[in-house]
Amino acid sequence: MLQGHQTWVFQNRPVILSSAVVGGPFEAEGPLAEDFDLLHGDLWLGQDSYEKAEKKMLEEACEMATHKAGLQKQDIQFFLGGDLMNQIISSCFAARTLAVPFLGLYGACSTSMEGLALASLIVDSRAGRYVLCGTASHNSAAEKQYRYPTEYGSQKPPTAQWTVTAAGAALLGPEGDGPKVTSATIGRVVDMGVSDPFNMGGAMAPAAVDTITAHFRDLQISPGNYDLIATGDLGKVGYKIAVDLFKKQGLEIPEKAFVDCGLLIYGEDQPAVLAGGSGCGCSASVAYGHILNRLKKGELKRVLIVATGALLSPLSYQQKESIPCIAHAVSIESD
Amino acid sequence: MSDKKMKKLTPVQQEYQTFAKAREPRRPVLFNCLKAFLVGGGICLLGQGVQDFFIWNFDFTEKTAGDPTVAVMVMLSVILTVAGVYDHIAQWAGAGTAVPVTGFANSVAASAMEHRTEGFVLGVGGQMFKLAGSVIVYGVFAAFIIGLIKTGIAMLGGS
Amino acid sequence: MEAYFWAFVVGGLICVVGQLLLDVGRFTPAHTMSILVVTGAILDGLGLYEPLIDFAGAGATVPITSFGNALVHGALTEAESTGLIGILTGIFEVTSAGISAAIIFGFMAALFFKPKG
Repeated sequence: MLQGHQTWVFQNRPVILSSAVVGGPFEAEGPLAEDFDLLHGDLWLGQDSYEKAEKKMLEEACEMATHKAGLQKQDIQFFLGGDLMNQIISSCFAARTLAVPFLGLYGACSTSMEGLALASLIVDSRAGRYVLCGTASHNSAAEKQYRYPTEYGSQKPPTAQWTVTAAGAALLGPEGDGPKVTSATIGRVVDMGVSDPFNMGGAMAPAAVDTITAHFRDLQISPGNYDLIATGDLGKVGYKIAVDLFKKQGLEIPEKAFVDCGLLIYGEDQPAVLAGGSGCGCSASVAYGHILNRLKKGELKRVLIVATGALLSPLSYQQKESIPCIAHAVSIESD
Repeated sequence: MSDKKMKKLTPVQQEYQTFAKAREPRRPVLFNCLKAFLVGGGICLLGQGVQDFFIWNFDFTEKTAGDPTVAVMVMLSVILTVAGVYDHIAQWAGAGTAVPVTGFANSVAASAMEHRTEGFVLGVGGQMFKLAGSVIVYGVFAAFIIGLIKTGIAMLGGS
Repeated sequence: MEAYFWAFVVGGLICVVGQLLLDVGRFTPAHTMSILVVTGAILDGLGLYEPLIDFAGAGATVPITSFGNALVHGALTEAESTGLIGILTGIFEVTSAGISAAIIFGFMAALFFKPKG
């Protein structure tokens, strides 16, 4: 049901029956390693290319989520997936393996919550019984496509971020045990004229703030309503900007409750990540792994996950375009 | 961001640019320059040593030793690229590894290796000069213009 | 030994120029290298690069600027002997070692090795 301008309230409270998170070697060295279902020691996953490895991770996450819910692929009505690759090939090829009716999405790094929001809408409106949503990203595949060949010696500035090599999938159903998706706010594209592809955080912060503000305005609730508000991948730079933007707008976000997945997934002993983690897999793996685990354990009761995406392409940057960004927010509650 | 770019933005965007810039970690320019100086100088030092090696041990003069020296530097750069360490050194050294001819060789090797997954002809062959191509194009074109100008001047002045 | 000192200093300084172009000028590596190559070409056109090579040895021949210098050199040398057409035919003469080596070793790298990510 629509509430306010751009928020859906899911009256039937779709259940996240299961979720699965797969990661790569670098994520295995991070502080959230325990929350991954599967960690790979080889960046290639034994595949011929980085792109095929990304596809394999998404397939694994989807298959594990399905299995954990005690279901078969045939039981699932729809699969909503997206990723960073051109033409979202990782999701398309994973959908081929799953053989589930497929809706391809592109929201850059905001795809995880875009998928969760739409999947929840489908289940809530009884347009589907079991819906799977997932996304993935791979560090080397993203570097190859968006920036430079992985062995190229270019010096990244301190504002650059590290694309997470991970996949996350969640399976939703109309009833059962598990965290419930209660609402979703669809973001609009916000472009503040930032054009530096090595400073995604600075570009995305305004979009995150815009969507979060819209969420609270549409639902007429206060930030204190949530135990945790987690943005997808603002990183050190974007996080700081967001905190200051909230203060500027007078929105009282308790700093302890406001975190960023890109800052959670890697530790201080991993300086190569510079400003923090990024990528579709960042918000997906932290949300569907670490945060959902904390919800299930009872450590958290109500969370708002705001996945952020930078909607640029290598071509748009070369054509001197700035970076438009978007953020989608989904609220999840434990039972 | 340059002033010309700033003018194309709306006042709201301009205000945000200033806001965001103030919260951006500064690039350690001085430290980066020092690192570039040390590593770049070091690579040139190595080049000098290689050149002298060819002059002393083989029949090369200072003029002709340039060719085998460049070839050796290229080979060393490719070896480091293949070993997966060149990019780590470069993150530290910045222009120190990019400006010497080693940077050129690394860009060619890295692109070639990366695109092998797209096949040897379209991938390796077609993508090899993805990064180094502009250097060659602009170098050649500049040489062409300068060559024309100088030859033109010589022809007019000489005769 | 003096040759080594100047090779180090001049080479280092050219790299510092590159670093400033990257950090202050905010140019991409490709833009930066292109600027340096064209600079080397212009300096040779003005007759300034060869004296720099005599002075600093590898400090001037190893950086990418010497590539621009070599391209102009090849063009001018050939133009002197065969006229205007020499500009076209002579450009790659001096630089062929560097480019050929990069292509050959780069290809071999792709043939035998996978990137480490």
